[in-house]
Amino acid sequence: MMKKNKKAQVVEEKPYVKPLIKRRKPNRSIGGDVALYIFLILVALIMVFPLVYAVSSALKPLDELFMFPPRIFARRPTLNNFSDLFVTMSKSWVTFSRYLFNTVFITFVGTVGHLFVASMAAFVLAKYEFPGGQTFFKVATVAMMFNGYATQIPNYIIINKLGWVDTHWAVIIPAIASPMGLFLMKQFMEGLPTALIEAAKIDGAKEWTVFSTIVMPNVKPAWMTLIIFQVQALWNNRAQGFIYSEEKKTLVFALQQVQAGGIARTGQGAAVLVVVMIVPILIFVLSESQILETMASSGIKE
Amino acid sequence: MAQQGTKTKQDKPAATGQRETYFQKYVMLRKHNVKVAWRKAKMNKSCYLFLAPYAILFTMFFIFPVIASIYFGFTYYNVLESPRFIGLNNYISLLLEDDIFLIGIKNTLIIALVTGPLGYILSFLFAWLINELPRWVRSVAVVIFYAPSIAGNCFVIFSVFFRGDAYGYVNAFLMNIGIIDTPILWLTNPQYMLPICMLVILWMSLGAGFLSFVAGLQGVDPALFEAGCIDGIRNRWQELWFITLPSMKPMLMFGAVMTITTSFGVADVTMQLCGFPSTDYAVRTIVSHMIDYGSLRYEMGYACAIASILFLMMILCNKAIQSLLRRVGT
Repeated sequence: MMKKNKKAQVVEEKPYVKPLIKRRKPNRSIGGDVALYIFLILVALIMVFPLVYAVSSALKPLDELFMFPPRIFARRPTLNNFSDLFVTMSKSWVTFSRYLFNTVFITFVGTVGHLFVASMAAFVLAKYEFPGGQTFFKVATVAMMFNGYATQIPNYIIINKLGWVDTHWAVIIPAIASPMGLFLMKQFMEGLPTALIEAAKIDGAKEWTVFSTIVMPNVKPAWMTLIIFQVQALWNNRAQGFIYSEEKKTLVFALQQVQAGGIARTGQGAAVLVVVMIVPILIFVLSESQILETMASSGIKE
Repeated sequence: MAQQGTKTKQDKPAATGQRETYFQKYVMLRKHNVKVAWRKAKMNKSCYLFLAPYAILFTMFFIFPVIASIYFGFTYYNVLESPRFIGLNNYISLLLEDDIFLIGIKNTLIIALVTGPLGYILSFLFAWLINELPRWVRSVAVVIFYAPSIAGNCFVIFSVFFRGDAYGYVNAFLMNIGIIDTPILWLTNPQYMLPICMLVILWMSLGAGFLSFVAGLQGVDPALFEAGCIDGIRNRWQELWFITLPSMKPMLMFGAVMTITTSFGVADVTMQLCGFPSTDYAVRTIVSHMIDYGSLRYEMGYACAIASILFLMMILCNKAIQSLLRRVGT
C-alpha cells in the first residue's frame, strides 16, 4: 500500500523523473528462491526430527519401542504410555493435580509479577534520564550472564533468612527479578517514539497514566516475548534445594522421577518428555501468531 | 571525566555559565556534578518509585549473591563452619594444582568458541532467510527452529540415537552402509563425546537470540530500503550490511549476551548425555566442575572461586563482542 502511494506521489510531482527512480526489487532469481526453500526445508527437517521422534516414541506400544530397525512413526499408535504415566503418578501419595497446581501457580504468579515489575522499571530506564539509571541497567545486563548455579548458595542463605524455604515464594520471587525480561523490555521500549510520551505529558498525564495507557499497550510484542521466556524458565524449574515437602514440588520434578525409573519405564519416560515439552511449545505457538499480528499492526513506527 | 562533563552540559544547558570552572577546578566540577545529579534526582522522583520494586528484588537476588560469591571465593567454606579467610589459595590451587579444572576450562572454551559464534550466525541467518517469506510459512518456520531450545530436556533423545551398541541408530546406520564395522561408543569414547555434545548444543542454539532477531527484522523500517535503493545500494548483501544490521544493533547485542550465557554455561547437556563425571573428564566444563564442588563436595569457597573465574571470562568476552558490534555497518 505505502509503496504504491509513494510512487503515485512521485509521478504526480515530477513525472519526468519517473524512469530514473526504480522500485527496490528483491534481486533474487526463481532458482535462488527454490534453492532457499529446499535448504530451509532440509534444515527444518533436521531440527524437527528429534522432537517428532520423541512424540512418536511416546505413542508407541512397548514392543515397538524396542523394535529394530526402528520406525519413525508408530505402526499402532496408542495412548497407553500416557495412561500408564497417570496411573504411576496417581499411585504416589501426592496426587497429580497437586503437582500440576504447584507448577501452574508458580508459573502464573511468577510471570504476571515479572511482567508488571520489569515493565515498570524498564519504562523509566528507557524513557527518562535520571542519575543511576544507566548504571543500574548496565549492572542488570551483566547480571544476566551470571550462571544460576553460582548464585545458588548465597541465594539460599537469603531465602532462608526471609523464611521462604519450602514455600513457592522461594522460586517465584527471585524469578520476578530476572534481569532478562528487564533487558528485553527496555530494548523494545527504546523503540517507542518519545514524542508519544511527551505529547501525553503536555496533555497533563502523570507518569503512571503514561505508563499504563500509552506505553504498555504499545509494547505488546515485548509482553509476549517476556511471557514466553518466563513461562519456559518457570515451567522447567525443578525448584531443587528450595522445596522439600513432596506436596509442594513441581510437576517437572515429579515427572523426572518417573523418567529415572529405568528401562521398564521407557514408554512412560517418553510420555514425560512430551508432557514437559508440550506446554512451552504450545504457549509459544499460540502467542507467536499474536506477536506477528501485533508487529504487523502496531503503531510503534513513526 | 570528560564524558561526564559533556553529559552534564547536554542535560543542563543552564550550566554553561560555569564552563570555565570545569577545566579549572576538579573539585568544583565534582561538587557541581553532584548538585546537578541531586537536582535531577529530585526532579525525577517518580522514576525511582517505578524502579524501586524491581531494584529491591534485583539487589537481593542478583547483586548480593554475586558479591557474596566473590567474597566466598577467598574463603574456605564448607557450609557447616563459618567461612574462614584464606586469601588467594583457592585460585592458586585451581590454576596450578587442579588438572581437571584446566580440562574444564579447555572444554568450555572449545564449546564456547565453536558453538557460540556458529549458533549466533545461524540464528541470524535463519531469521534473515525466513524474514521475507509469506507470513504463515514464517510462523511455521519460527516454531520449528525455536522449538528445540524450549523443549525442556528433550535432548536426552539424542542418547537413543547415539547409543553405544550396534542397536544405536547412528551405529546401525553407519554399519549398514559399511563405513564402520564395529559399533562406536559415542557417549563414552572421549574422542567423540565433545563433538556430539557440541552438535546437540548447536541443535538447541536457535533460542532467545533467534526470536529477538526475527522480531527485530520485522521492525526494520521498509522505507529505509527504498531510501537505500535510491542512494545506490545494489544488492542484498549491501542492504544487509548498511541497513538491516545497523538498525538491529540492540537485538544483535541481546543475541550476543544470550549466546555467551548459554555457551559458557554449558553443563546440563554434557551431564545428561555423557554422564557425570564423564569418562576421562572428557566433557567436564567449568560449570559442571562447579556443581561437583558446590553440590557434591560442599566446598563452597572453592565453588565460588570457580564461579568468579567463569564470570570474569564472560565479562571479557562480552566486552570483546561489544567492541566488535560497534563496527557493524560502518
